[in-house]
Amino acid sequence: MSVLHTINKSPFSFTILKSFVSVCGMNDGLLLLEDGVFGALDNAITNDEQLILKQKNIKIYALSTDVIARGIEKKISKHITLISYDDFVQLTLEHQNVHSWF
Amino acid sequence: MKKILLVSRHAPYGSSMAKDAIDVALAAAIYDQDISILFMDDGIFQLTKEQNASEISQKNINAMLSAFPLYGVEKLYFHLSSAIQRGIKIDELALDNITALHDEEISTLLNSQDQVLSF
Repeated sequence: MSVLHTINKSPFSFTILKSFVSVCGMNDGLLLLEDGVFGALDNAITNDEQLILKQKNIKIYALSTDVIARGIEKKISKHITLISYDDFVQLTLEHQNVHSWF
Repeated sequence: MKKILLVSRHAPYGSSMAKDAIDVALAAAIYDQDISILFMDDGIFQLTKEQNASEISQKNINAMLSAFPLYGVEKLYFHLSSAIQRGIKIDELALDNITALHDEEISTLLNSQDQVLSF
């Protein structure tokens, strides 16, 4: 017998990181949290994206508790800074706005 | 008056997200807030002509969007590359008073707001 597969999500909707990279501005910050922390893994961000983020001076953070909860703290990229909830609050104060991509 | 930007990034009908953004926009407009709305990523699919949501017992999202000018919501934007990636041309959009924005104009728009709400 064969399998009928069904898909109920738009194929365009798995590209949040790409969308962010294309529209982020100079000196913006990126905080990866909840399942977003998988974006902190070594090869999650392509070299091309890495280059753009560097040119725009984007700092990338990941929420430490979410990283530890998922057991990936030893695998995260060297470009990423692990931060606490207190640091998260501080970042919201240092930037003009917060935009949640979900 | 606060400058508020709603960013609507989800397709209509699959979830209530698109409708929620419209409800917030209309409510805020009644309170005379300075509202802008940006459609990007799958949010572009809200803008297409010829929707017929009665087939799935819902109301047409594009019809609701066309009510915006009546409520004074006139700052409407869409992300040009999102539309191009999805094969949607400008003349296929249901709204004609909507402005196309390039990548760098989006970051300028985000930076010029008091509040940004994401849908």
